[in-house]
Amino acid sequence: MDRIPILKVGENLLVTIQVDLDDRVALALQDDLTEKIVATRAHGVLIDISSLEVVDSFIGRMLGNIAAMSRVLDARTVVVGMQPQVAITLVELGLSLPDIATALSVDAGMEALARAGGG
Amino acid sequence: MSTSLSPALAAALSTSDEGMLDAWVAAQLAAGTMRRDLIDEDDLRSESREFLRLLADAARANASQTPTDPEWGAVRGFLSDLSRSRAIRGFSPSETATFVLSLKEPVFDRIRGSVTNADELTAELWSATTALDGLALFTAETFQRAREDVIKRQQQELLELSTPVVKLWDGVLALPLIGTLDSARTQVVMESLLQRIVETNSPIAIIDITGVPTVDTLVAQHLLKAVAAARLMGADCIISGIRPQIAQTIVHLGVDLGDVVTKATMADAVSQALDRQGFAIVRRDGGV
Amino acid sequence: MVELRAGSVDDEVQTLPLRSADDVVRVRQAVRTCAVELGFSLVDQTKLVTAASELARNTIDYGRGGDCDLVVVRSGERVGLRLVFRDDGPGIADVEQALRDGYTTGNGLGMGLGGARRLVDEFAIDSTVGVGTTIEVTRWTWKR
Repeated sequence: MDRIPILKVGENLLVTIQVDLDDRVALALQDDLTEKIVATRAHGVLIDISSLEVVDSFIGRMLGNIAAMSRVLDARTVVVGMQPQVAITLVELGLSLPDIATALSVDAGMEALARAGGG
Repeated sequence: MSTSLSPALAAALSTSDEGMLDAWVAAQLAAGTMRRDLIDEDDLRSESREFLRLLADAARANASQTPTDPEWGAVRGFLSDLSRSRAIRGFSPSETATFVLSLKEPVFDRIRGSVTNADELTAELWSATTALDGLALFTAETFQRAREDVIKRQQQELLELSTPVVKLWDGVLALPLIGTLDSARTQVVMESLLQRIVETNSPIAIIDITGVPTVDTLVAQHLLKAVAAARLMGADCIISGIRPQIAQTIVHLGVDLGDVVTKATMADAVSQALDRQGFAIVRRDGGV
Repeated sequence: MVELRAGSVDDEVQTLPLRSADDVVRVRQAVRTCAVELGFSLVDQTKLVTAASELARNTIDYGRGGDCDLVVVRSGERVGLRLVFRDDGPGIADVEQALRDGYTTGNGLGMGLGGARRLVDEFAIDSTVGVGTTIEVTRWTWKR
């Protein structure tokens, strides 16, 4: 089973999701991230979904879970690069994910994490 | 139970040949409604040949007088495509129905040639006229629908072309909305805005509704959805140009603006947007 | 006199099984491929694929597995893609409530039917407790 790679970039972790996630991979990602946040004492998590063409409620909730778990571990999460049609669809579904920070690009996301003291 | 086609009619249809085709094409070309400018003779001939072939199949399959029966399926399909094509090309409904109606003459001739008894002949001609009228009416109705659809489609495409998103400065977009917003237009415009946000990498979008006379619940909801979608993408929206009446309407309707930033004037919105992006407007010395 | 049935069905029907999470991905891809072929805009494709994903999951999670039919439908200038989700599961006791709940988290029963309904043009649900559920959704677009 493929696992999504998690890169360490400075004090932050970068996750790039490029494939159509199935449930197992999504759950594995949540586990891996939590472990890695603790292991690396990361201040921030940047999730790049600029290649994701579909985000359904399951993935939406996964993103929410990741943000919540990171917060518990004292790390900030930023989700970047959501495509317009994905955003429109998520809002129509009723998931506007208000508790997740977002940014237009990886650069903007890194900046946001730095500003928030992510380093 | 549907009546089946009368025998001579069925025979005439199942054995249609070049003779009948020639007679029919000639009748169409002679009809006052023939649009030589919109269709050429070769195309007309091949369409007619195909129709005769499908009619023959239906007749051989023991089709009834009722055009909605399954045996007429392929014939109806052909007529639907024909009406659609004629509608797009600019034919009128009667010009299109003539395709079927002008077939009566050659069919009647064929029947007259094979039936001598007067009563039988009347019954046959009646059967023929009923069947062909049914198909002609079907053609006229599908034509109407096709034309309505074409118009609707053109309207929608026009909407998509006329959405004004302006880049005010690095990272700041403006969407000045003018006129009454309906559901369809609002959605199209919002999709356009979101697309531009990505293309220009602009974290701030100002949606100005100074030029919008009224806002109803549906439009307010669409605006809020657009703002929520922009936020998910990583951009913030400022809604400006909210006139007193609109502010009242929003409160009356119970629309919850939540965290959405609103400004009375576009100037205020621009000022805040530039400030957030780290820009300051400074007057040069000498004031010129 | 002459009735035109809106949405005449082509012979183009594809049926996919819904038993495991992998099947959800397969349904998404099949719906995407079909939607692209029919000329749906990117936004409309995404809405339909997402709705399919939601309903496929429901069929597996709550319906104990079932099938999904992909049907191309036509009406005048429009062409549409109809998805039929069928299961022989426990059925939904209160359909109105299921449609309303949407994503009230914490409830656990957030079935997302309401959300899926907003993503499509037509939505029909037929469910009987102890027998099963059938959900039919359709999105239309202009013919190419």
